Amino acid sequence: MGAVSVRNVAVGFGDVAVFNDLSIEIADGEFVVLLGPSGCGKSTLLNAIAGLLDVNRGQIWIGGKNVTWSEPKDRGIGMVFQSYSLYPRMSVRDNLSFGLKIAGAPRADVETRVARAAKMLQLEALLSRKPSELSGGQRQRVAIGRALVRDADVFLFDEPLSNLDAQLRNELRVEIKKLHLELSSTMIYVTHDQVEALTLADRIAVMKAGIIQQIATPHDIYNKPANTFVAGFIGSPRMNMIEGRVAKRGDGWTFDHAEGSVALGRYPFAGAPAERAALLGVRPEHVDLGQSSPERHGATGTVAIVEPMGAETIVWSQFAGKPITLRVDGDSAVRLGDDIAFNFDVARASLFDASTGARL
Amino acid sequence: MVALSVSRSASPARDRAAALVKWRRNWPAALSLLPAAIIVAVIYLGTMLWTVMLSFTSSKTLPSFEFVGWAQYNRLFNTERFTASAWHILIFGVLFVAFCLVLGFLLAVLIDQKIRFESAFRTIYLYPFSMSFIVTGLIWQWLLHPELGLEKAVRDLGFTSFSFNWIVDNDKVVYTLVIAAVWQASGLVMALMLAGLRGVDAEIWKAARVDAIPTWRVYVSIILPMITPMIVAATVLLAVGVARLYDLVVAMTKGGPGISSEMPAKFIMDNFFERANVGLGSAAATVQLVAVIVALAPWVYLEHLRPRRRSR
Amino acid sequence: MSAVAVPEGRRPHRLSLARIGVYALLVAIALVFLAPFYVMLVTSFKTMDEIRQANILAVPQAFTTDPWVEAWSKACTGLACDGIGVGFFNSIRILIPSVIVSIALGALTGYAMTFYRVPGANLGFAVLLIGNFIPYQVFLYPMVRMFSAIGIYDSLAAIVVVHVIFGLPIMTLLFRNYYGALPIELFNAARVDGASFLQILRLVVLPMSLPILVVAAILQVTGIWNDFIFGLTFAGRVNRPMTVLLNNIVTATNGEARYNVEMAATLLTALVPLTVYLVSGRWFVRGIAAGAVKG
Repeated sequence: MGAVSVRNVAVGFGDVAVFNDLSIEIADGEFVVLLGPSGCGKSTLLNAIAGLLDVNRGQIWIGGKNVTWSEPKDRGIGMVFQSYSLYPRMSVRDNLSFGLKIAGAPRADVETRVARAAKMLQLEALLSRKPSELSGGQRQRVAIGRALVRDADVFLFDEPLSNLDAQLRNELRVEIKKLHLELSSTMIYVTHDQVEALTLADRIAVMKAGIIQQIATPHDIYNKPANTFVAGFIGSPRMNMIEGRVAKRGDGWTFDHAEGSVALGRYPFAGAPAERAALLGVRPEHVDLGQSSPERHGATGTVAIVEPMGAETIVWSQFAGKPITLRVDGDSAVRLGDDIAFNFDVARASLFDASTGARL
Repeated sequence: MVALSVSRSASPARDRAAALVKWRRNWPAALSLLPAAIIVAVIYLGTMLWTVMLSFTSSKTLPSFEFVGWAQYNRLFNTERFTASAWHILIFGVLFVAFCLVLGFLLAVLIDQKIRFESAFRTIYLYPFSMSFIVTGLIWQWLLHPELGLEKAVRDLGFTSFSFNWIVDNDKVVYTLVIAAVWQASGLVMALMLAGLRGVDAEIWKAARVDAIPTWRVYVSIILPMITPMIVAATVLLAVGVARLYDLVVAMTKGGPGISSEMPAKFIMDNFFERANVGLGSAAATVQLVAVIVALAPWVYLEHLRPRRRSR
Repeated sequence: MSAVAVPEGRRPHRLSLARIGVYALLVAIALVFLAPFYVMLVTSFKTMDEIRQANILAVPQAFTTDPWVEAWSKACTGLACDGIGVGFFNSIRILIPSVIVSIALGALTGYAMTFYRVPGANLGFAVLLIGNFIPYQVFLYPMVRMFSAIGIYDSLAAIVVVHVIFGLPIMTLLFRNYYGALPIELFNAARVDGASFLQILRLVVLPMSLPILVVAAILQVTGIWNDFIFGLTFAGRVNRPMTVLLNNIVTATNGEARYNVEMAATLLTALVPLTVYLVSGRWFVRGIAAGAVKG
């Protein structure tokens, strides 16, 4: 019913191509997040799926039907926009019911649908107010409600939380997740915020310059990023990147860097290892403070900067001649200038080809 | 007790000193506002009061101070030329504002449809507004000339029984003024409405498209309520033009035929200068003043005096 | 299986009925708007014979520029028959000082009101705004008497003063709104540097005023050139602007009206503001919008 299939789609404006040959398959009931920096084409893709933009090539299928030429209203979608999309001079109730009334739906039907959406989104008390009398969070809930009453198979969200302050964003994020659990409808969600992506998605499609860099579960995106871009985009603070070479040493492989070597015995190579320049990526949260153990790689350094963040503290030290960050518990006694030992497990690290950025 | 009295006598001095400092710093500003102040006091208030005062005198060619109470007003409301003019300006005003709003809105909506040559169309609709009312009046007087104008042109095209002699028809001449004025001013309304339409967020259009709302319905039910401030602004501007209506009448019909298109402003000017009836003219001017104030009052109240709710 | 096109790629671009209708309507209305100008133009190049025989929409068969020459230098504008060219120069002589002084006063007043607190300024401004709505006839006769008393009635000074007076509300509104939107930090920084009232105006505010000066100039040039009632009342015999002379040409005709000369004269009068309009493009609209939107 709500499966979405984008097949070899190209979208551009005049001479500028946003993407050239993009394909993505979204299963019925799945929550997929399109994540990426500004200008990567995620909103364009969403608008193309919605039918608000024409595609230059390729096909779009929703619910088993070819909707490439269909108007948005015929695609079985509901859409939630970033802001300012409510009809300003109508009450909340009218905003929710206007589309249905225009389509000629029977009054009883309209009432039930509006009531159901209002209940799900806690809008019952606000039904007679106008958008200007609502807070940002309430307005976005009405926007979601408007998509809800359409009984759509697919819900499209275009950065709906970007204009809200941090507190509201957190609250509404949870509401959207609850909504997905209740409705089990397909949801396609565009954002540049990795926290939203990680918490909401069944799968994340990380995009850059019109190309999907990786589409995988949040767990895989986080732990096994497909290239340096995805690795750098997800995770805060950023993943540590150490320059060096993959080299054969006897029976095994090592990663040689400016000040030593890291044994790669435990590293899960994707294909056959080969000698090449590479980057070793280790997340700050995967670097532990203290003496190493046989399975882990250890190193030492001095503390250059300490950034206390309350629940945790970011510690800057050195490794392979470059700065390295590690996350330690907020209660840790580490101080500026201390000599510390730290270690990490290569099995949880990522190795990338230095020139292509692809995961090895 | 002592402390209290000391502070009480010290503060007036301090206040005076503070006021002096402010005055010294702002005196150039106050000085530069002097011309404006003089204009406001002498012209906008002074002459207005003088005119009202003159309406109660028996002034003829020159002002006199012989007060005659309401005599001029009595005379005024018994002068057919004046009562007719009041009636004419009402008809003119209503038709003019209505047609301008409708036509201006229509043009704005059409241009808003992402058409090509938008610049050219806009230039064509707005150019009449750049010309004087005298020019407009003369063009349309010529166009609507009963023998040589539009009537003849249409007849030459084959519609031999076509007649369009409204400009010499006692009952219809006011409509010719409306036609000319709408031609002149619709472009202005279009420009204002277009600015309003362009201010509507693109996301509202997207949402309406997803909601399956037909384009015309979007304009009527969603956009029109949103641009109400623009409509009000346009109406006010047009209404001001109506009150000032003089040049067009002089150029196009001279109030004729007879007094069929007489207008209050022309009546007043004629009485001031040609007919040497300053008192009567002043009375008419005062009536005009009162009418404008009465018409303005609700708008001023709505816009400026009513406590506003904070929106968005 | 019928050969139905598989939907892919761009939607087929059907020139829908609605789209054709939009363009048709726009073009039709555009023709109606242009027709009067067209008629003016062709009439002014015809001979009187042709005007009497053919119709107003016809293209001139015997093209002649005589009406233009006659309109400029020989038409009878009242007692004299020197043509409307006289009025052109009169209008220029009225225009230049009026525009300069009214804009200068508006800028000065707007500046003083925006950045300085002067008691009573806001009240005065409110009176100005309300006064702007009141028809001129209410002020007119006493002004005539006042100018007579001072001795400047029927002179260039009188008409310039009148234009300044009645331009003040809109000019002040324009500058006040514009200056009100400028960042106050600029002004404060200059104050801290020790600049005086006039120095701030000259060195900080005016250099930033170019857009609003252009808008003000467009509004004033168009409004003052097109004025009729003040020119009629205050300009006096020697300084009559073009609009007044134009009206005289049409009204003072004895015998048959010479329509071609009248149309040529009309076009000549419309020339200046029309040129300003065509040249200024977007600025013209900006001017209207700025004047229309109150605060």
